[in-house]
Amino acid sequence: MTDTNRNILYFALMAVLIVGTGMTQGWNVALTLLNMGVISAILAIGVNLQWGFAGLFNIGVMGFVALGGLGAVLVSMPPTEGAWSAGGFRIVGALILGAATIVAAVIAQRRMAKGRARTLATLAILIVGFFVFRAVFDPGVEAVEAINPAGTGYLGGMNLPVLIAWPVGGLLAAGAAWVIGKTALGLRSDYLAIATLGIAEIVIAVLKNEDWLSRGVKNVIGIPRPVPYEIDLQQDPGFVDRATGLGLDPVTASTIYVKFAYLILFVIVLLIVLWLAQRALNSPWGRMMRAIRDNETAAEAMGKDVKGRHLQIFILGSAICGVAGAMMTTLDSQLTPTSYQPLRFTFLVWVMVIVGGSGNNFGAVLGGLLIWWLWVMVEPIGLGLMELITAGMPDGSALKDHLIASAAQMRLLTMGLILLLVLRFSPRGLIPEK
Amino acid sequence: MDILNALVAFLNFVFFPALAYGAQLSLGALGVTLIYGILRFSNFAHGDTMAFGTMATILVTWLFQAVGIGLGPLPTALLALPFGIAATALLLLFTDRAVYRFYRVQKAKPVILVIVSMGVMFVMNGVVRFIIGVNDINFSDGQRFIISARDFREMTGLDEGLAIRTTSLITLVTAAIAVALLFWFLNKTRTGKSMRAFSDNEDLALLSGINPERVVAVTWIIVAALATTAGVLYGLDKSFKAFTYFQLLLPIFAAAIVGGLGSPLGAIAGGFVIAFSEVTITYAWKKVLGYVLPEPLEPDGLVQLLSTDYKFAVSFAILIVVLLFRPTGLFRGQSV
Repeated sequence: MTDTNRNILYFALMAVLIVGTGMTQGWNVALTLLNMGVISAILAIGVNLQWGFAGLFNIGVMGFVALGGLGAVLVSMPPTEGAWSAGGFRIVGALILGAATIVAAVIAQRRMAKGRARTLATLAILIVGFFVFRAVFDPGVEAVEAINPAGTGYLGGMNLPVLIAWPVGGLLAAGAAWVIGKTALGLRSDYLAIATLGIAEIVIAVLKNEDWLSRGVKNVIGIPRPVPYEIDLQQDPGFVDRATGLGLDPVTASTIYVKFAYLILFVIVLLIVLWLAQRALNSPWGRMMRAIRDNETAAEAMGKDVKGRHLQIFILGSAICGVAGAMMTTLDSQLTPTSYQPLRFTFLVWVMVIVGGSGNNFGAVLGGLLIWWLWVMVEPIGLGLMELITAGMPDGSALKDHLIASAAQMRLLTMGLILLLVLRFSPRGLIPEK
Repeated sequence: MDILNALVAFLNFVFFPALAYGAQLSLGALGVTLIYGILRFSNFAHGDTMAFGTMATILVTWLFQAVGIGLGPLPTALLALPFGIAATALLLLFTDRAVYRFYRVQKAKPVILVIVSMGVMFVMNGVVRFIIGVNDINFSDGQRFIISARDFREMTGLDEGLAIRTTSLITLVTAAIAVALLFWFLNKTRTGKSMRAFSDNEDLALLSGINPERVVAVTWIIVAALATTAGVLYGLDKSFKAFTYFQLLLPIFAAAIVGGLGSPLGAIAGGFVIAFSEVTITYAWKKVLGYVLPEPLEPDGLVQLLSTDYKFAVSFAILIVVLLFRPTGLFRGQSV
């Protein structure tokens, strides 16, 4: 069997899994699953770009996803009335001051002669800058957060269509990636891993704490949709007629219609990203990336700018993660900073990339769809398994209750086992790199 | 009097908590640094190893409590600790046999081992959640304070109380014993010396007849002891929650890298550097400054440099500074 046939077979099997889910558990479930699967596939392409093409070990995917989510809020929510005049400009001014402090410190580092004077000057700039920043920043934050804290209490967004937020989310993530890449790339691969792990936690901490920006743990809800609302569809006589004409109940029809509309949008993005990634992979640029990955010293000897190329691909991959994050927040219509968990948003994506086949974009897509399907399905399967195991036990026994209650925790175990097994027995993944 | 009050407040809210936290981080960082030195990879499963060890200890503690065995004023968990260490050592040896050895024989790249450790992390995390659940568990028993804040106030007549918690003292004593044992082992015993030789130069160590599998096995057992102790001490001091232990990974790695990966002394220093910076930067200094500064200068706000949720940002910032200016860490570790 040729590679192409095998790949088609894999995707056909994936389609069977989704269709099977639709037939047994309803099309709503299947479409929800598929929507998230497509977003996961985009995430996996982003990580695959970094790991598969360039060998960069980024475990801060969660941070870039969350920044994308923030992008959705900043673009599409209506601005809070009076927030900008109350303290918004002050906050922006303070942020510019903060950035200026860091730039000044960097300039001092670069321009001054090495020695105690330089260290002291840099420290003085940073410390004075920090207190000035806080002095300007804090009153602004207080003023903004005082505006109707139960309903808004944040700056709000720009009231633009939410679709614009997708590229904007990518830009936000790219900006963060530039900062982190500038500092951590070029060091050992483990250090990049720790640095990205750290930046992800910090991004989440910022989202949780800076109420003026993202309402913190109060969450931003009701982010506008790019697709119609179910309730409007159900009141639209034309839609109800068509639904009944197809033999569907209008409520079910409307939910499926909305999910399907999302799916079309997501698939368009997936195809664009996939096409771009494929073009990149097969271009001279892609070959150079792989040459750098396989032997950095040799590539450097050939005159390739290893650090610059790494920074480039790191930013590109993170931007894709940011786009996927914005799409995810759009799908949920809300930003809940507490829901970002590293196991779910970083490490699961890594399982997708490794299982799918690192270095192969189609592998990443397959891995994204398949692992997401498993992630959702392991819970009911685990519960069924536990019920089977405990069937012989007397009702009300503590062990039985514990086992059944713990079935929900099966997910991590299964994902870890899958990752370990694939790494051991098929380290190149389902669709290996050519 | 005010100066004394300020000092007591400082000791009570900054110094002692940071000291205990630093000791816990140091123990964790020692484990990471040992694995790095001997097995040459960054073990991302370390936080979950700590969680597993703590979980095993908690289960034995519950058993002891049910039977009625205790240590009086000391927490029962101390009695259960050796059992926790044994269980963790068995788990780690099994993991090594089932997972890591394959890649060691293959001489796989370190980054592959890091990814493998990610898989192990998933599995361990799943096992812990499966057995003990995801809730906060408080398993500290015995006497809570050696000196409570009120007793201290009555004894000294100061306005501020200095509460010395049993767990803080236990943390310091246990950590000191563990570190002393570790250094004695590494410097004085034959096995310890062969471990250091293996870490310094693998080929030379192999040539001189050191059995690598034995070195690796001993390393895992020591790591199990360190990780379990660190986890149990942290859990006694605060509480046990699987997810918190996973999050400890960042400060622990920061401590190990700041000290210099592969350097045990560096890991200890790094642990305290990270702990003290985290606590001083996220502590609200209003109280201390209120005593020290004259009336008109007294601060209105909390004088908190960063809110407590940014403690990760602190370890991270220190990490970045060290990486930029001294990538081998304070104590010249192995990494480039």
